[in-house]
Amino acid sequence: MGYALRHMGFAGAMLVAAAPASAASSQSDPLKSVMWDILRDQYFAGAPVVFDAAVKVTAPAAAEDTRAVPLSVDATALGQVVEMVAIADLNPFPLVLRYHPGNAAPYIATRIKIQQATAVRGAARTADGVWHVSGVLVDAAGGGCSAPPASYAQKDWADHVGEVQARLWPAGEEGVARLRLRIRHPNDTGLVDGIPAYFVETLQVDAQTPGGSPTLARIDSLEPVSENPVYSLDVRPPPDATALILRGRDNQGGEIRATIPMPPPGAEPAMSLKPVGQPWSVGQ
Amino acid sequence: MSTPLLRRLALSAVLAAWLMSGGPISGGAWAAGTLTYDLKPTRIAPDTYVFEGSTKHFTRANGGNILNSGFIVTADGVIVIQTGPSRRYGEEMRAAIRKVTEKPIRKVFISNLHPDYWLGNQAFADVPIAALPGTIAGIQEEGNGIAENMYRLVGDWMRGTEVTLPTETVYGSTVKFGDHHLRLIPLSGHTAADLMILDESTGVLFTGGVVFCDRTPTTPHATVADWLKELDAVDALDIRLLVPNHGHIRPDKACVAQTRDWLTWLDGTLRHAVESGLDMAEALELPIPERFQVLDVLREEYRRSVAHLWPRIEQASLPRVN
Repeated sequence: MGYALRHMGFAGAMLVAAAPASAASSQSDPLKSVMWDILRDQYFAGAPVVFDAAVKVTAPAAAEDTRAVPLSVDATALGQVVEMVAIADLNPFPLVLRYHPGNAAPYIATRIKIQQATAVRGAARTADGVWHVSGVLVDAAGGGCSAPPASYAQKDWADHVGEVQARLWPAGEEGVARLRLRIRHPNDTGLVDGIPAYFVETLQVDAQTPGGSPTLARIDSLEPVSENPVYSLDVRPPPDATALILRGRDNQGGEIRATIPMPPPGAEPAMSLKPVGQPWSVGQ
Repeated sequence: MSTPLLRRLALSAVLAAWLMSGGPISGGAWAAGTLTYDLKPTRIAPDTYVFEGSTKHFTRANGGNILNSGFIVTADGVIVIQTGPSRRYGEEMRAAIRKVTEKPIRKVFISNLHPDYWLGNQAFADVPIAALPGTIAGIQEEGNGIAENMYRLVGDWMRGTEVTLPTETVYGSTVKFGDHHLRLIPLSGHTAADLMILDESTGVLFTGGVVFCDRTPTTPHATVADWLKELDAVDALDIRLLVPNHGHIRPDKACVAQTRDWLTWLDGTLRHAVESGLDMAEALELPIPERFQVLDVLREEYRRSVAHLWPRIEQASLPRVN
């Protein structure tokens, strides 16, 4: 896949070279999605857009569960990034999320619903205003956005909305600390008959310090994010942080709030899979 | 992009395939212009035959023939084990059985709810089709979705296939057909209801999905801890030949150990990854030890298993913070 993407990126670059009069945004889409031109204008209006394999998008080639397809967008190869987006082209709501990493690493992972086989993209805007876009094709049986959440099968689901599970790992060699969180929420798209849209819209991670509570990262989370949203971020808590505070809100005004403790003394940093190919396994 | 060039490339690819195949393409599917599984029974023990399938995934090339269905010819009629992934498979299977014996089909056994075990049931609608209660309930609940997905995956091979429920409930027992004593062994783990069939007369064990042999195990309905107990149950049996639904037939229990090794590694690796802060998307890329390279469709099936197993492990692992 990595090779294929690089190859497509190269082909894209050649097209630009052959047609210097065109803006970068007229590069043909390596994923050949029928929606690309429309989505580009909708989400990157007027900004320069380049296809760039430096943005690494990971998702399975075939969705085993269309209601929860793992997706990560890693733009750390670009250095500093101002904003990131994830898009599933053929979803009824293509925009999955906007991520404002602040001083966090430009990496975000979650799980998404997809309605049918589609291009899934990650994009990162660098300080010069350029959007760097990459993506993969995900095959799917379909129906992820219009399936009723499993939550409603449990009679007491409403009592548990907004419950947060989370864990912060200590910062590793790259200076970033892995934060993983799971929020109990139906995260309903509104596409199921008789069930109004009900989903987490905003999430923000602040650090609790003696001198105040600086914001570490913000997520605008949208309909395609899976039921019981899960996020992985790589944040940089200040050295004097005593905890992280997660604050959020759903589209019906429901508040989400949780205090995430700092890792206990002696805890190991999260496993890093970089560099790629590093031998790792358990149980041998 | 030049269309004539593309067309030339495509044509030369076809020509190359034709040359490599040694001339005019032979085989029923192409010659007759219709699809055929070309099922040929292999005799593996007295009165006992298997139709050996591919160890790949369901594809439009194999029509979903990725299983080892079987039949036992008894004095009391023919016992059929699994009916395959489509109506066409079931019909071809029945025709192939007819070439071996004129005895009537006495009964069909279905080992679990996965598509390749029972979507050929229509071809046996005139005889009792037996399964565990949990299998019948599973097909009632998920059968339509399972069938739709097979149409998507293998296409025209599925033509005319409709969900046909098993008609008879079986439990753990030993049943006698002619001089074959079949021990029906109900278990759960690979799915919620797994039926193994041990022919005590020949020592042939049809494991269904409980054992995979040189083919990566599938986990869409699996509970790993229970599955490991199923493998212990297989180890306790006295058998002469082990017929897994997927993979190679062997006269020993090597593949019981192989299935156990894989499941133990898979479960342990995913738990360790969750504890170590990995995201599910990262887990898709984890290295797989060299010793598992003998398992067919390894990376693809591993990734499916991440999708099946990861969310529950993660939910149990992340601490509640509000």
